[in-house]
Parts: sequence; structure tokens; C-alpha cells
Amino acid sequence: MELKTKAQAGSFESSDVLILVEPVEKGAGRIIELKSIVMQQFGDDLLRQIHANLDDFNIDDVRLIINDKGALPPTVSARLETALKRAAQLQSGTLK
Amino acid sequence: MKNILQREIPEELEGIGKLEAFEGAFSKLKKGWMEEKTVPPPNKAKMPHSSKICDTLRDAILKTKPRNGMTVSFHHHLRGGDNLVYEAIKILADLGIKDITLAASSLTTAHDPILPYFKDGTITQVYASGIRGELGKAIAEGVLPKPFVIHSHGGRVRSVHTGKIKIDLAILAASAADEEGNATGAHGPSAFGSMGYAAIDSWYAKQVIVVTDNIVDYPCVPQSITQNYIDYVVKVDSIGDPSKIAGGTTRITKAPMDLQIARLAAQVIEHSGELKEGFSFQVGAGGASLAVAKYIRKIMKQRSIKGSFILGGVTSYGVDMLNEGLFRSIFDVQSFDAAVSSSLLDNQYHIEIPAGLYANPFNCGCMTNKLDIVVLGALEIDTNFNVNVITGSEGYVRGASGGHSDTASGANLTVVVCPSFRGRIPIVKKKVHTIVTPGESIDVLVTERGICVNPQKPELKAHLEAAGIKVKDIAVLAEEVEGITGKAKPIETTERVVGIVEYRDGTVIDVIHQVKE
Repeated sequence: MELKTKAQAGSFESSDVLILVEPVEKGAGRIIELKSIVMQQFGDDLLRQIHANLDDFNIDDVRLIINDKGALPPTVSARLETALKRAAQLQSGTLK
Repeated sequence: MKNILQREIPEELEGIGKLEAFEGAFSKLKKGWMEEKTVPPPNKAKMPHSSKICDTLRDAILKTKPRNGMTVSFHHHLRGGDNLVYEAIKILADLGIKDITLAASSLTTAHDPILPYFKDGTITQVYASGIRGELGKAIAEGVLPKPFVIHSHGGRVRSVHTGKIKIDLAILAASAADEEGNATGAHGPSAFGSMGYAAIDSWYAKQVIVVTDNIVDYPCVPQSITQNYIDYVVKVDSIGDPSKIAGGTTRITKAPMDLQIARLAAQVIEHSGELKEGFSFQVGAGGASLAVAKYIRKIMKQRSIKGSFILGGVTSYGVDMLNEGLFRSIFDVQSFDAAVSSSLLDNQYHIEIPAGLYANPFNCGCMTNKLDIVVLGALEIDTNFNVNVITGSEGYVRGASGGHSDTASGANLTVVVCPSFRGRIPIVKKKVHTIVTPGESIDVLVTERGICVNPQKPELKAHLEAAGIKVKDIAVLAEEVEGITGKAKPIETTERVVGIVEYRDGTVIDVIHQVKE
């Protein structure tokens, strides 16, 4: 998936996660800024999940700013997928 | 040493002394007496017609000759509006007093401003039934040199009787008082209701100051606190924020999940066999547990059941049920909202009770022993039904033992209501961080994802299943929850024990380790 523009998905509500996606130069790698209210308990799990999702979309270079308020794993994946698709302008079926 | 719940307890702790391990809810009580010696209350004398009035709180505190290492006590009946604890500690700190043991019946976020005095050596130890906010975080991180003690409301009375808590100075806020120190919380601009937790302090403290924003003509009626225990009386402009002390009624939650849990809990209670003519009832003031009252009220009306008494922390919702004739009486140790005070003042069947009568295990029968049904909350519950109501998901102290273990041990039916997970944090799990109430006292857990009956209560399970209520194994529920949230990494702590959790009989049910920063 090719990222073309900045995009975001989610919200800063309890049990949700706000994800901002920013395209970066090729070779810059995955720059992930993760904040979570459950960092101590689930920080490692969250990172592992996000990397797995990025693998699924074949994204190697991206900046992600993630602010998690205790979202469950399916919520995190759904928000990330939407944010990435919006950034790739493949947002059909999702709101702009 | 290990206690009966397999928690590691040190034999001895500097600042507390020798510890005794918890051996079961009734292991000490079944003897019929308490082995620890009780200490006598102080005997004092006053000349006739001498004045107790002091111009300022500082003057009164100076008259008590404060000293390093003293124990100062407070009640928490001012709830979130309390400013007296801060004012008093500030005066003591300005006088250069160090090494104070703070024995408050509970500490809330209203007490956050005293945090600097935890750091500078003014306060070095805390006894309380609950600690929250900034204070709860700081003590879990080990800010105090001596271990803090979490006790239950009943256990606090026992600790004063045995001299574990030796109160040198009690500073008691009242919303009305006369010049001799007869005092109440039932009326006045800052009316807050019952003074139940303060009674023991007035009886046992070496010196007692009553602080009020409202001096009334002698005599102050009702005499929640009586003059024969009071050394000094101070009129101040303000005991705190009246909008938070005397404001508002407690509303039933509108959160759909809490309401669903409450609805299920009411069904469980209805078919438990305990909801019968003349039953007694207590609910917590928290989200789902108070909401249970709403559904029980409906069922009582439908089935024309009249209860005997409502106990405990009392909300205006309980008062409504009294006024509707659904219960004959209310025994009120603590009023959760100010709308309760007028009922306490006007209705002779709304009765103020001291904490000892409420829940002290060592007397000829506290009122929690006569409870039929209690509904309680939980921060965490394990697969043996042990409940944590004191430490949060990060290991900080952010709750209160309160009357949890007192009522759970006394009631015929103890119902715990809580969501199975909050946000991403599992609530029903294999092991809780801190045990406050032992699983043997819990009969049934009600969550949005299933109802679990303690295997010690097969009859209850049979009653519920006969009524068509599905019952789930708690271990299955815990696994289901872990499947949804993922497996949480345990809280990282050091070896240092920063606090202990006393069971109501004075044994240690758990310890709290320092949280790694």
C-alpha cells in the first residue's frame, strides 16, 4: 500500500484509540510514537499487533502517532486499517 | 510467613511491629472474645463553667500541646468538600511538628493538598480505610518512611480499642455545635449527615477539638457527639467547600453496562431466597451497586415485600425507599449525599449509628452481622472470589476497604457487581493485585458477561438455575475475559512492603509492595 497523504482515524475517547498516519520517505522505516493508558500492561502487545498489521499491508515506511485509551485489539486494528486506507486514498467505505 | 490465602506476610514490620497472618474470616471471632487487651479511654476533668471556645484552630491546636510523633485523627464525613485535614496539618507543620501519624477514617482526592507534608517528614505514617488520588499514588511509590495501614470501618474501631491506633488529638468537623462541644452533621449550612466514624475518636482521643462553621445556641441537638468528650470548640469561617459537602443527591447511573449488570444482580437477588418479608439491605454508592436498589425497589413494590432496615452508607435513594414505606428504618453510619441530612434530622426511624455498632467484629453483635443482602463493587476479583477494592491496575492505592469486608462477612447474601473488564483492563482474573475481602465472604459475582456462584454455595446455584438463570464457572469467565483483552503484564513492584491491608479482626490479609516508578 502506498501512503499519499496524512490521515487519521479513531477518537480520544475511553476504550478507543486515535491514530495519525504520515507518509515518510522510502527507507525511513516505521516511526511509531505510542502512548497508552495501559502501556505497562499491554504496551508490548500493542506494538507487536501494530507491526503485524503494517506487515499485512506491506508498509515499511510510515510515521504513526498513536494515542490509546484502552482500546481492545480489534478496535486498534480497525482504526489502523482505516487510517492507513485514508492515507493511501483508498478510503471508499470509510469517512474522509 | 504465608497466610491462608497464600499471600506472603512479613513476621514483623518496622513502624508497625509483629504481624499476625489472616487465617479465615471467623477464625478469631468464633472464640467469642478478643484476646488482645483493650486500652482504657482517657479520664479528663474540667472546672464548672469554664470555656472551651478558642478563637482559631491554631489556638486550639496550641492548647493541646502538639508534639513530634503524635497521632492526629479526622473523619471523612465532609466527603469531597473537606478542607479541614489540610488546614490542621498545615498548622501543625508550621509549628514544626514532625513524624505525625495521620489516622483518618478515609482519605479522598480532596486531601491531595497534604501531599507536600508526606514528603517533608511532617506525616510519616497513615492509618485509613481508603486512600486515593495523588496520595494513593505517592504512598504506593513509597513516599512514607513507615508502612501505611488499610483497615475496614469496623477494624478501625477495634484498632482504637486495642491501642494500635493511639489518638493523641482528634479534630472533628461538625456542621453545627454548641459552646460545650455537643455536635452534629445533621443541620447547618454545611450539613453532611451522620457522624458515625467520628464517635470512636471522640471517646478515645487524648484530646478532642470540635471545629464548626456554625455555632448554635446551647444545646446542639441531636448530640451526635457529646460534650463530655470534647476539650475545645472552634468556630471557623469554613470547614470546606459547602457545594461539595452539602450539595446534591446521588443519581442512579445511566451507563447502559452498569444498568445491565444491576438488572442481572436484581434477578439474582430476587431468586436467591433472601428477598423476603423483613429482609435487611445494603448497597454501595458506586455505579452498578446503587443501581441494583432501583430494580429491587420495583420488585419489592410488585411483590408487596417490606424490608426491615437499610444499613450503611446511605444515599437519598435509600431515604426515598424509607419514605415509601419499603423499609421500616435506616441505620446510618455515613451519609453519601447531603439530601440525607434532613431525613436524619426529622425521621426517628432514620438512625445515626457509630462505626462500632455498624461493623466492629469484637462486640456482642454489630449490625453488619444482621444483614441479609449486601451489594458491593470490586476493582478486581479472582477465580477464588477474593476481591480487591484498594489498588488499581497500575498498583497505586486508589480505593477504599471501607465496609467491604465487614458487610461481606456479615450478610447472608453478598453480591459483587462489576464489569468483567474495564477499558482493556481485566477485572475478573486468576490473581488480584491486593486482597481486601476474602473469597469465602463472597457468594455470587454478577458481570455483564456472566453470573458466577461461589462453589461453597451450591444451594444458591440451585435456586438460580431453578429460576432459569444461567450460571457460569468463574474460571471460564476469567479465561473468556483474557481472550478478549489479552494477557496483562503483571504490575512491577519491589521487595519493599509500603503498606499492609488489615482484615477486620486485625490480622493481615495482604501487603502492598512499592510500585516501580
